[in-house]
Amino acid sequence: MEQKAKIPEMAQPSFNLGRLLKNNAVPILFIIICALGSYYARLPLPFLIAEITTRMARNSFLVISLIIPIIAGMGLNFGIVLGAMAAQFAFIATVFWQMQGVAGLTATVALTIPVAIVFGWLTGMLFNRTRGKEMITGIILSFFANGLYQLICLWVIGGVIPFPDESMVLPSGVGLRNTINLKAMHYALDNIVKWRYGMIGVPVMTFVAVALLCVGMIYLLKTKLGQDFRAVGQNQQIAGVAGINIDKVRILAIVFSTVLAALGQIIFLQNLGILTTYGSHVQVGTFAVAAILIGGASVSKATIGQALLGTFLFHTLFIVSPLAGKNLMGNPQVGEFFRVFVAYGVIGVALALHAWRGRSKK
Amino acid sequence: MSQRVLEMRNISKEYFGNKVLKGVSLAVDEGEIHALIGENGAGKSTLMNVLFGMPVIRNTGGFEGEVLFEERPVSIANPFEAMELGIGMVHQEFMLLPGFTVTENIKLNREITRPTLLSRLFGPAMKRLDRTAMNSDSRRALDSLGLSLDETTRVAGLPVGYKQFVEIARELDKKKTKILVLDEPTAVLTESEADTLLEAMERLSAKGISILFITHRLQEVLRVAQNITVLRDGERVAGLDRTEATVDRMAELMVGRALESVGCKECAASAMKEEVLLAVSDLRVDMPGEEVRGLDLSVRRGEILGIGGLAGQGKIGIANGIMGLYPATGTVAKGGKPIPLNDTTSALNAGMAFVSEDRRGVGLLLDQSIEMNIAVPAMQSQGKFIKGAFSLADDRKIRSHAMELIRELDIRCTGPAQLARRLSGGNQQKVCIAKALTLDPDLLFVSEPTRGIDVGAKKIVLDLLVKLNREMGVTIVITSSELAELRAICDRISIVYRGHIEGTLAPDASDKDFGIMMAGGASHGGQERKVS
Amino acid sequence: MAEQVRMEGNGLSERLKAIAADLGVPRLIIFAFLGAMVVAAFLLELPIDTLTGNILTRFGMNGILVLAMIPTMQVGMGPNFGLPLGITCGLVAATLSIEFGFTGLAGFLVSLAIAFPLGGAAGYAYGLLLNKVRGEEMTVGTYFGFSIVSLMSIFWAMAPYRSPEMIWPYGGSGLRVTITLQNHFDKILDHFLAFNVMGIDVPTGLLLFFFAACYLLWLFMRSRHGIAMTTVGNNIRFAESIGLNVNRYRLLGSTLSCALGAAGIIVYAQSYGFLQLYQAPLFMAFFAVGSILIGGASINHATIKHAVIGTFLFQSLLVVSLPVANLVVSENLSEVIRIIITNGIILYALSRRESGSEAR
Repeated sequence: MEQKAKIPEMAQPSFNLGRLLKNNAVPILFIIICALGSYYARLPLPFLIAEITTRMARNSFLVISLIIPIIAGMGLNFGIVLGAMAAQFAFIATVFWQMQGVAGLTATVALTIPVAIVFGWLTGMLFNRTRGKEMITGIILSFFANGLYQLICLWVIGGVIPFPDESMVLPSGVGLRNTINLKAMHYALDNIVKWRYGMIGVPVMTFVAVALLCVGMIYLLKTKLGQDFRAVGQNQQIAGVAGINIDKVRILAIVFSTVLAALGQIIFLQNLGILTTYGSHVQVGTFAVAAILIGGASVSKATIGQALLGTFLFHTLFIVSPLAGKNLMGNPQVGEFFRVFVAYGVIGVALALHAWRGRSKK
Repeated sequence: MSQRVLEMRNISKEYFGNKVLKGVSLAVDEGEIHALIGENGAGKSTLMNVLFGMPVIRNTGGFEGEVLFEERPVSIANPFEAMELGIGMVHQEFMLLPGFTVTENIKLNREITRPTLLSRLFGPAMKRLDRTAMNSDSRRALDSLGLSLDETTRVAGLPVGYKQFVEIARELDKKKTKILVLDEPTAVLTESEADTLLEAMERLSAKGISILFITHRLQEVLRVAQNITVLRDGERVAGLDRTEATVDRMAELMVGRALESVGCKECAASAMKEEVLLAVSDLRVDMPGEEVRGLDLSVRRGEILGIGGLAGQGKIGIANGIMGLYPATGTVAKGGKPIPLNDTTSALNAGMAFVSEDRRGVGLLLDQSIEMNIAVPAMQSQGKFIKGAFSLADDRKIRSHAMELIRELDIRCTGPAQLARRLSGGNQQKVCIAKALTLDPDLLFVSEPTRGIDVGAKKIVLDLLVKLNREMGVTIVITSSELAELRAICDRISIVYRGHIEGTLAPDASDKDFGIMMAGGASHGGQERKVS
Repeated sequence: MAEQVRMEGNGLSERLKAIAADLGVPRLIIFAFLGAMVVAAFLLELPIDTLTGNILTRFGMNGILVLAMIPTMQVGMGPNFGLPLGITCGLVAATLSIEFGFTGLAGFLVSLAIAFPLGGAAGYAYGLLLNKVRGEEMTVGTYFGFSIVSLMSIFWAMAPYRSPEMIWPYGGSGLRVTITLQNHFDKILDHFLAFNVMGIDVPTGLLLFFFAACYLLWLFMRSRHGIAMTTVGNNIRFAESIGLNVNRYRLLGSTLSCALGAAGIIVYAQSYGFLQLYQAPLFMAFFAVGSILIGGASINHATIKHAVIGTFLFQSLLVVSLPVANLVVSENLSEVIRIIITNGIILYALSRRESGSEAR
């Protein structure tokens, strides 16, 4: 028995620069792009830091909401758009009831969560029907849901449900206006505690919320449910044989993701102070997915660190690329297109790499 | 006085009128290692499916007979109930999650948890894992197997032998486990790994855990088993104890003589010549689960050559390798001309055709018509059935050719335009043969031609093969798990063991010879072939 | 007697049920919706003849883009969500033809002559990528298509075109967002042999062109190579077992699809009268996919018949629902309906178990 105890050479946890670079190629590449972009954008540093701080505060939550479905083996959840929609419906209601400040925000949150749970549940059931095709289903679902959302906002509100608020509906009385003012709840969370350093304002409570979310995520992964997420994510069949209710675990993963995305959208909108009725949610999925991928996550692996790093890099790129484009190419539009290209391109490449690796494994 | 842990009494089971178990009984005492041996299709897996209450048994009308656990009759409705009783199963394919540690796998869905504030609010799913307790439990299970593997290692990258042990440790960790079913546990192990496993089995038996050991390796049976049950064709043909068992005896019992008069004994003998039509040497095929490892084979012109052997030994890989469907190395020459491997087109052009063992997966376009199934291979590889400058499909020729074959092979269908999916298994097999014949081969490989088709259709398909050989002079290489059908229609039968030809026998050779060869007896004598 | 009648009634309802199951609930909803719209159009006394003319035109102008879905679906790569690649190739071809100063029929033919090979070449390269990501063609294709559109936006914004009809009137670099084809090949097909019957304008040339394209594709799919493609799509392992080079036929599928997409956008543009650059091609693939699925295709099986029926139904729905929606409810609603129907039918197709899936 003794001679058997030899375990084959395991990867020694020694420091290996080559492997470090290879494993983190994507974030490193984007760090370089961001550094170059910042250099050519010639933005004053305090402005840049202030912008990044704001954007980190308002976007991190959305990006982190993608982690659980990745761990549960369902890939990048493009369906978080539905969570954003839930948040927007809640805002439409609380604005209509003329709620204000922290109380209004709390009411919005309370209203959002059940709606997001329902949306998440439905999405999860759909994903269980389209097993193995969750991502394309999520993409198409986000477009489909957007159609229904528009139908509701354009026609049901005012057309079916009376909606007597002239500041919100179109002059015809049917359908919501293009923008809805959230002034009453603007910075409701951000400004509870705000530290100022010159140009830079730090929305402390928002960061506290993000920090709480991170701790919560770490905790969740240490629970029985978290273990089930990981088991189902590795192999549904084996998890099923062991007696785990795969379908339910998968639905729960999507419910968690959708609810977190909804909360993320609330944080996002209270910071913006304005709701673009037909636009605020549209790119939520794409941008969050691009961000987490830039941070080094993949379709089957993601950590909180990657989500935060990705949010940081993606939004740095967002801030600097139009100016860098203008200074380099003499055309601000080019920078604009470039950042959209990066968002789409990164997702495309990540999906391709995932499929490629999956194939070579077979 | 040792207690009787498990007893199965008079178990009978029918699948669609086909009796696969005929009153089989089996009893295992506490701490006993009991071997269950038999050919493929002898009923071993059905018996285990009954024991574990697998849905497939219930969905096909249940079974007759009685199962007693610890001398009380029990009715096991599903695998979880079997587990609850204390019957542990170690799967042939590993049910391990590669990204989890050894502990996490051992404790999969049986994690030890601690309540927390959140779990009181939101239910048990929010309970926290107690990793220390989980680790010490797994440690205990691993120790009982005498395995000094670190329980916090990830399973990915562990050698196969260790994975097997982790599987067993998982069953042991289920405190209730009284009896462990090991389904061909050594099939994937190297010799030394297998040795260690056998040692561990003895150790468990000494601790009072019973083991039901399903295997093909008769040597191993002799080494560890106290009692042996032999199944053949769904019947318990013998129960031996260690003292009366020998390899020869077991082999003979396993194979038995179950010759039916398949084929056409009355027609002329095959026109087998001494001339070698196909010469294969050092063939290696990387077909998962059916690897061929350095095989030599020669096929004579005009014969029907049978290739037999147990599942997983590589017999299926031979034709798949020669036809270029799985990566292969070695040399293959037909009529003296070398044929490149890994190149299906060349193989087809050399006049060889293949009827795959995977009828629905490889053999057919299920959503196409019968006529297209028959015509497409010849159209694509030989340019038949096309016309004009744009090489359009020649519908009329396709139709008339299909009609001809439907008549000739007696394919029961509503017409040539019927979808292949809607045909019965036997008729689907005939379509597969028809499409191979359309290629005008002089050498036809047929794999598992009767798998999954009913008894009547079996005979028809086998008769058809004999007819092709006798009347059209097609040389046929038929691979089958059913030795009886090979013995009925073949001129010679080669037995494959561990990826090479163990030996070639005449169809009327004795059961004992076949049995020993299938169990690798010939090479087990002295020099063991190392396979890793 | 009464018994027998009831039995027959049962038989009929069974048969209706079978037909309904075959069509699927979403398609039934779409048909019902189309029926309601047509009824509404009559009740609201909308000009039926103009609507019919519009349907015919839109049918012909979208048809080839929908045909472009057939090669990839038949070869088993699923709907070509990367169609924007082919479309941008067509747009490049058309802008080059304008840049070179071609007008009229010559302009149209030159555009096609550039578009077809250019689209084919791009489709070939795209196919090389898709062969590496077998099984994930749809997701990769979607984002590949999106990326190409934004990358080409950079191209449009920087390309050194000179033609004053295409660059911004106030100078600067880059092309306009929409380029009028008035002086080039605006409605060159629509007006060919056009006639008016009962108030309906029939775009003869356009329809002839579309049907010719259908016929050619039909012939191709019936040829040895077309059948090989279908075989690959039906069962890859069968195809390998008869010596077909699976990757080559998949390349052929994406090549053909993108070439058709490139040609399709030129036909579309001549009918529409404008070239739409920048973000315009972003969602075109989805509408083409939606159309062919409405026609009865499934993810890995599509025929010319599905494309023709689907395009006709989808365009009818859009043409009829636009004025109805505008009169009854509000503007923009027709676009919303288009989004819901397109993506709804795609979701439905995705959630259905593919009949060929047991092959793996």
